[in-house]
Amino acid sequence: MNDWRATHPLRKYLRMERFPHIWCQGCGLGIIVHCYAQALKELDIDLDKIVTISGIGCAGRASGYVMTDAFHTTHGRAIPFATGVSLSRPDLKTVVISGDGDLFAIGGNHLIHAARRNVDMLVICANNFNYGMTGAQYGPTTPMGTRTPTSPRGSIERPFNLVALVAAAGATFVSRWTVFHGNMLKDTIKKGLGKRGFRFVEVISPCTTGYGRLNRMDGLEMMRRLRDASRPMRVHPTEATIDPWREIVVGTFVDEERPTYNEALEEQGSGGGWA
Amino acid sequence: MASRLPEVCGKFIQFEDELGAIASVIGASFSGLKAMTATSGPGVSLMLENIGLAVMTEAPCVIVDVMRGGPSTGQPTAGAQGDVMQCRWGCHGDVEIIALAPDPVQEMYDLTVEAFNLSESYRVPVFLMADANIGHMYEKLVIPPRDELRIVDRKRPACAPEDYRPYAFDGSLVPPMACFGDGYRFHSTGLTHDENGYPDMSVEGQDGLVRRLSDKIRRNAVKISKFEEVETEDCDVLVVAYGISARSAATAIRIAREKGIRAGMLRLITLWPFPDWKLEALSPSLKGVVVAEMNYGQLVREVERAVKPTKVSFVPKLGENPHRPEEILAAIRGLGA
Repeated sequence: MNDWRATHPLRKYLRMERFPHIWCQGCGLGIIVHCYAQALKELDIDLDKIVTISGIGCAGRASGYVMTDAFHTTHGRAIPFATGVSLSRPDLKTVVISGDGDLFAIGGNHLIHAARRNVDMLVICANNFNYGMTGAQYGPTTPMGTRTPTSPRGSIERPFNLVALVAAAGATFVSRWTVFHGNMLKDTIKKGLGKRGFRFVEVISPCTTGYGRLNRMDGLEMMRRLRDASRPMRVHPTEATIDPWREIVVGTFVDEERPTYNEALEEQGSGGGWA
Repeated sequence: MASRLPEVCGKFIQFEDELGAIASVIGASFSGLKAMTATSGPGVSLMLENIGLAVMTEAPCVIVDVMRGGPSTGQPTAGAQGDVMQCRWGCHGDVEIIALAPDPVQEMYDLTVEAFNLSESYRVPVFLMADANIGHMYEKLVIPPRDELRIVDRKRPACAPEDYRPYAFDGSLVPPMACFGDGYRFHSTGLTHDENGYPDMSVEGQDGLVRRLSDKIRRNAVKISKFEEVETEDCDVLVVAYGISARSAATAIRIAREKGIRAGMLRLITLWPFPDWKLEALSPSLKGVVVAEMNYGQLVREVERAVKPTKVSFVPKLGENPHRPEEILAAIRGLGA
């Protein structure tokens, strides 16, 4: 094993033998996994009590790099799988790391219902505005007008504002950062890990090979844009603008308490499960 | 399930759709619990994607399919045996599953227990394929005391976490299963994976994994198979049936015997793996085989394959009502017995 694997400060939290990861140069997913691992480290959580679940796509591979119990599910089904885990083992922390396509296109139905039920889970959504792994096709987050292989004349579809959607569906913690905001992202993940209920953190993350190349931007240029476009604001989630060309409102937009699904079951005397 | 599961410390959730329902079952299974879902043919169509995931990641789980007739929405309140091939072949890729077909209502109970035992033993999804006729039926049911039930639990790893390889070939073809929170910190994926549970895109990886996943069922087919034989010792004509159709078949062979025709019945309880070997053993002394099922020809193809060159007469039944015994009797007579 190379020396860096033996000395890396997060080696306890990552599957060091799996590195280097599969992601492209300039991709933000490495930063997201790093922030997640750093959050686990700073919270000093028992890693035996964490389950990291992902769907399909580039972000879907995140579960394969963290030193927790980990499951790489099918396309869009990370959240219902996580619901099964969360109901079965309320004593474990259930975390989903996946992409915007996985969570909001094919998995959108599951996401809104898990938020509505306030199922105990932290969802970290890497949003790169396209289907990166399959060739940068447009999806439900792609800004209008963007040219992609499947929208050669520019996308005519209005994209979702993920934080507004998830907040409307009933999530009790809703936040957005970009991979430029490493410390804030890490602190938000820490906060999310410490809370109960359905927590959602959107992370704007550059896809250099897909979205970047199509729009003639390299990794550095994309990171600069994230820096320049980001505005930390305390606003209602519907006002949290998301336009990678003009303004990306970042911050925490919802932070409230409401009985979780497991708590409601217990309240009804329908608890049970593993214990 | 919604009212009874909480009484035994279980949990129930009404999912938004079948895709989510089966995904949550797999999540619960990997959390160390026994988990099931119940649906009908159109629901199984929606679940197939993650049934494949359960096969690939070896998640023990039970899927009750109370079969109706299709295609599409078909007749959603009317019984049929329309999903016999769907449960077997619906997933993409090479898949082996186990499917059981109850006849008396008692078997809805007994075979649900058996389905869990098989799923835990072989780490595979097990289908309970009831037709809607059995599913809707009221009938005498005896629930034995818990200590009289045979309960099988999955094999768990005994090694230290650092030595655990979640998909290691240990000779029995079924690897021990760690669950979330056990401290093994394993990784599992629907991708082709190596013995450590990590993606493996090699030719050898695909070849080895698919063979093991299939062989763990194929090589244990005789052990898994259950069937009921009625008057097969001396029969000239064998009726093959399952579920509600077996009731009509039983009446048909009784009438045939009264009329001097030596008829017998093989009631299939295990539909998959299909008991080729049993039919191969019975067929040489037969004049013919009658297959009665509530569809337009599904399991009959398997029977034809297994009993070749013995003549097979198929009695289809479409629509809500089970076969009338006379229909099956006519087929028995038609085989010249």
